[in-house]
Amino acid sequence: MLELDRLWKTYDTPKGPATIVKNFNLKLKEGEFATLIGHSGCGKSTVLMMVAGLSDLSQGNMILAGREASGPGPDRGIVFQSPCLLPWMTAFENVMLGANQVYYTASKAERRQMVEYYLTIVGLGDAMHKYPSELSQGMRQRVGIARAFVLQPKMLLLDEPFGMLDSLTRYELQEVLLELWRRNRITTLMVTHDVDEAIFLSDRVVMMTDGPEAEVGDILQIPFERPRNRKQIMEDPRYYELRERLITFLNDKSHIRPSRDPKFVPSPDMAAELATHAVNFPAAAA
Amino acid sequence: MMHLIQRFKLESILLPFCAILVCGLLWYSIAGKSIITEKIDDFGDKIKVTKRAGLSADLPTPVETWTASKLYIEQPFAKRGELDQGILRFTWMSLVLVVQGYFIALVIGTPIGFFLGLSKKFTIAFDPIIQVLRPVSPLAWLPLGMILFSGVKIVNGDGRTVFGASDAAALFTIAICAMWPTVMNTAVGVRAVPQDYLNVAKVLKLSKSKTLWKVLVPATLPYMFTGFRLSLGIAWLVIVAVEMLTGRPGIGGFLWQQYNANSYAHIILCILTIGVVGYVLDRLMSVVESRFKTA
Repeated sequence: MLELDRLWKTYDTPKGPATIVKNFNLKLKEGEFATLIGHSGCGKSTVLMMVAGLSDLSQGNMILAGREASGPGPDRGIVFQSPCLLPWMTAFENVMLGANQVYYTASKAERRQMVEYYLTIVGLGDAMHKYPSELSQGMRQRVGIARAFVLQPKMLLLDEPFGMLDSLTRYELQEVLLELWRRNRITTLMVTHDVDEAIFLSDRVVMMTDGPEAEVGDILQIPFERPRNRKQIMEDPRYYELRERLITFLNDKSHIRPSRDPKFVPSPDMAAELATHAVNFPAAAA
Repeated sequence: MMHLIQRFKLESILLPFCAILVCGLLWYSIAGKSIITEKIDDFGDKIKVTKRAGLSADLPTPVETWTASKLYIEQPFAKRGELDQGILRFTWMSLVLVVQGYFIALVIGTPIGFFLGLSKKFTIAFDPIIQVLRPVSPLAWLPLGMILFSGVKIVNGDGRTVFGASDAAALFTIAICAMWPTVMNTAVGVRAVPQDYLNVAKVLKLSKSKTLWKVLVPATLPYMFTGFRLSLGIAWLVIVAVEMLTGRPGIGGFLWQQYNANSYAHIILCILTIGVVGYVLDRLMSVVESRFKTA
């Protein structure tokens, strides 16, 4: 569905080019929910912005649904960290703005219905004609999620969508997101630094090494069945193993760069991913 | 609580009142006073001789100013002759001209501001010109306007000129002087549009015109209105100079003509009127401005 092949991102600085992301490879299957996790500033958002088309690729290819993707477009719905609603429009109008772009052939009533449908699912049925300034942070992000889903995009990109919310609201919105995603399994790439969020929401967690020159450090498959129930997952002993592995990576191993370390041994999940790429890793080759 | 509100209200009335009183006293103390002396002239008749004395002998006192101006204020819309009209009638004439010039300034200035804000190349190209033209005084623009529009002459049925070179020059001067705050503020506003909003436009692939009207213009409006308010202030500032030089009837023309006629009290009347009108215009604009600020 989405193929990221040897993505590089370099910026020109007065001291010469600085590499933010180095040789980033990842393949997402149709309907897969993948999460990028890593320390702040490691370049995970840069990867997401490149997939979104809001940041140019310095090198590499990106293939979305069998086509080379370039530039931003409504085939990739984005939920930003701050909801980025236009403050001079109501929640309804903000979502409508996207609907008008994608369903220009549909009648006005149909578009209206669609927008109302998504706003109702995210729980804003009664507040859809309010302005962003009248909504709480959590409600604004609900609008942001509805705006991304109404596009019915090929891909959903979430850039730390719940990072600015308190933990209670975050849990609520994670459920809202899963509910929407259950109805419409859009291939999703999310960026987060919340370990629990990553495990609860995704099928695979991609761990990124520290920047600069960030790359994929490890990959973890999340085996829980869907639809997921937070309580059940929390009670599952596997949950703590997964959590332990993610935290160990973030605390102790995120500085190890597979491409430079001849002794690097990929985990089974990462080896499975590497096998699908024609990339020579020192360890993979050995 | 009640006590606090009362004190605050009292202060906000009492303090300005005191300041006005102090200024009035200062004015009175430096103004000339009439000293009437009786004396016997060469023919043996008793005559009264009025002499003015004081720090600034020709400056009328506040009371003299009021007596001389009373007629103009009490009948603000009277027309006793071309050069002798009520003060608001003159003000109205000036306002009409200001509004026209101001409108031209906004229509030209806003798009220039948008180009400056949107295009780096445009900014690099035109910034030096703008920076050089911006501080030029209205007094300097007016003669150029006269030359530029020397051929302009619109004549009505009776053969009287309704719109001539001096009118065109006046509008030109107001417009070009008042334009800059709108240009600069709009440009700053466009540059300050959050990247987030532009990203939304990009992701949704909004067309250029949709991006402009749905994102850029609403996001820039608060800045634009700050520019509009400052521009109106300048337009009102320029009108006096323009009317003095062109001899157009209006508050500034009246001021100049009263100076030439030695009615100094009326000059003070004009200054106060110009000030009050300017203040009212600014207040009105800031009400409009604050309405857009909430967006």
